[in-house]
Amino acid sequence: MNWYSCYTLFRKEIARFVKVWLQTVVAPVVTALLYLLVFGHVLEGRVEVFPGVSYAAFLIPGLLMMTVIQNAFANTSSSIIQSKVMGSIIFVMLPPFSEWEFFLAYIGAAIMRGLAVGVGVFLLAIFYVDVPIYNFFIIMLFAILGSYVMGAIGMVAGIWAEKFDQIAAFQSFLIVPLTFLSGVFYSIKSLPPLWYELSKWNPFFYMIDGFRYGFFGQSDQPVVLSFVAMLIAAMGLTFVCMAILRSGYKLRDA
Amino acid sequence: MNNTSEAAITVAGVSKRFGDLLALDNVSLSISQGEFFGLLGPNGAGKSTLISALAGLLRVDSGELQIMGADVRREYRHARRNLGVVPQEIVIDPFFTVRQTLQFQSGYFGVKNNEQWIDELLEQLNLTDKQDNNMRQLSGGMKRRVLIAQALVHKPPVLVLDEPTAGVDVELRQSMWRFIRRLHGEGHTIVLTTHYLEEAEQLCDRIGIINQGKIIALESKQDLLARGLGSKLLVRAAHTIETVPLEYQERIVRQQGRELELVLYRDRDSIMEILDRLRATSMQIEHVSVVNDSLEDVFVQMTGNGTGEVS
Repeated sequence: MNWYSCYTLFRKEIARFVKVWLQTVVAPVVTALLYLLVFGHVLEGRVEVFPGVSYAAFLIPGLLMMTVIQNAFANTSSSIIQSKVMGSIIFVMLPPFSEWEFFLAYIGAAIMRGLAVGVGVFLLAIFYVDVPIYNFFIIMLFAILGSYVMGAIGMVAGIWAEKFDQIAAFQSFLIVPLTFLSGVFYSIKSLPPLWYELSKWNPFFYMIDGFRYGFFGQSDQPVVLSFVAMLIAAMGLTFVCMAILRSGYKLRDA
Repeated sequence: MNNTSEAAITVAGVSKRFGDLLALDNVSLSISQGEFFGLLGPNGAGKSTLISALAGLLRVDSGELQIMGADVRREYRHARRNLGVVPQEIVIDPFFTVRQTLQFQSGYFGVKNNEQWIDELLEQLNLTDKQDNNMRQLSGGMKRRVLIAQALVHKPPVLVLDEPTAGVDVELRQSMWRFIRRLHGEGHTIVLTTHYLEEAEQLCDRIGIINQGKIIALESKQDLLARGLGSKLLVRAAHTIETVPLEYQERIVRQQGRELELVLYRDRDSIMEILDRLRATSMQIEHVSVVNDSLEDVFVQMTGNGTGEVS
C-alpha cells in the first residue's frame, strides 16, 4: 500500500470539490434548508412521529442524511464520469495505483464531501429548531457508513456510465426515489403494510433510521439491525468496486 | 539510469482484438535502454493501441509487455514508475493550475518533496511564468508542454511520446525537440510516434513501422533507408530531352523539358555508366545530382500509403 499516492489522490479529490464549493457544498445545504422550511412549517403541529419530538426536529436528521448521501454519491460519480468524458482519467490511470489506493482515495473524498454538507445543514438547521443529540458516535458512524456506501455506488455508476445523462438518470430514477422513500419525511410505521414491508428492503431506509437514532434514541428498527445492514452493504459494494477496478472494466479496456 | 543489460521495453507476441478488428497481430519488439526509437505507421495501424498497452491503459488478449524488465500487469508498480507517457490527445484537469497539476501527478507516483524538479521542468518547458495559471487559460501548445512535464514529473527512465508535436508551431517544436534530445543525452529511452517523418528521420536511431497491427519493419534508420528503392539521379541537359535509352525507361520518375529523374539502385548501379549511356543519345549533360530516399519514401513504399500521412 502506497499511502502517499493514495493521500495525494484523496487531496486532489477534496481540492476538486472545494474549488467549486458553491455548487458542491452551499447549493445542497440551501436545498435541504428549503425542504426544512417548507415541510417543517406546513406539517409542524400536525404530525408527531416520535413522542415528544416535533416534526421539524424529526425532519432534520432525515434531511441531513439525505443530503449527506446524495452528495457522497455525486462526488465519486461526477468526478469519474467528468474525467472519463474529458479524457483526464488518464492522469490517474498511468500512475501505479493499486485498486485499494484508488478506491479509498475516492471514497474518502466522498465521505468528506458528505460530512461537509452535513455539517453545513446541521449548523443552519439548529437556528430553526432544537435538535437533541442522543449519541454523537452513532451519528458519525452512520454518516460515515452512509457516505461510504453511496460513494461506492457513485463509483460503480461513474465507471459504468459513458455520458453525463446516464449519471443523471441513475440519480433521478434510483438514488432520489430510494432516498425519498426511505423515511426521510415520515416514519415507515405510518405506511400501509405492503409499503412498510417494501420499505424494509430499501437499503437507504437503514441509513436514515440508524442516523436518526443517534439524535433521538428512537428508531423504526433496532439500531443494531440498521448497522448490520449498512455494514453488509458497505462490504458488498467494496467487493463489487474491487472486482470492477481489478477487471479494468471501462477504465482500462477502451 | 538502471542496469543497461535489460531492455527498456519488451513486447513479445502481443495481440489485441476490438470486435472484428485485429488491432495488434502478434507484435514483438525490443527497445534497448538509451535508444531513441521511432514507431511509425499509417492512421489506425496500431501504434496508439501498442502504447496504451505498454502504459497499462488497456489489456491485451495475449502476449507479454515489459518496461525495464517489469511485466506491465503483474509488476505494474515497477513498470509504471519507469514509464512516462505523453498522450496524443491534449487533455487537462480544468480545476487546477499548472503547478498544482504537476504536484498532484508527482504525488500519484509516490514522489515527495519534488518541488526542485518541478521548477526545473517548468523552466525547461518555458512554463515558469504560467505556473499559477489555471490549465484552461493555456494555449494548445502550452497544454502540450504541461503534458510532457506531467510525463516526466516522476523522472521515468523511459519516455513515450505519442505525436507530441501535432498542432505545435515550428518554434515550439524545435524547443521541445531540444529538450527531448537533452533527455535522451542524459540516458532516457525515448519512444516517439510522429506525424512528421523528417522528425523521425532526424531524431531516431531505430525505427519500427507498424501496419494493420503488424510490425513490417524494425531496423536502424540507415538500414531502413537502404531498403528503399535507393536514390534518384537528377540530370539537367542543355536541350530538351527527347530520348532515354530503352533500359532506363522503367526507371523514369520524371521527364520534363531539360530535366530527367531516374531511380538509382545503390547496390548495382554505376552513375558513370548511366551518364555515358545518356550521352550516347547525344544528350549534352549540364548538371547532375543524386538525391537519397527519405524515410517518407521508404514509408510510402512499405505501407502503400500514397498520401504519406502518418500518425
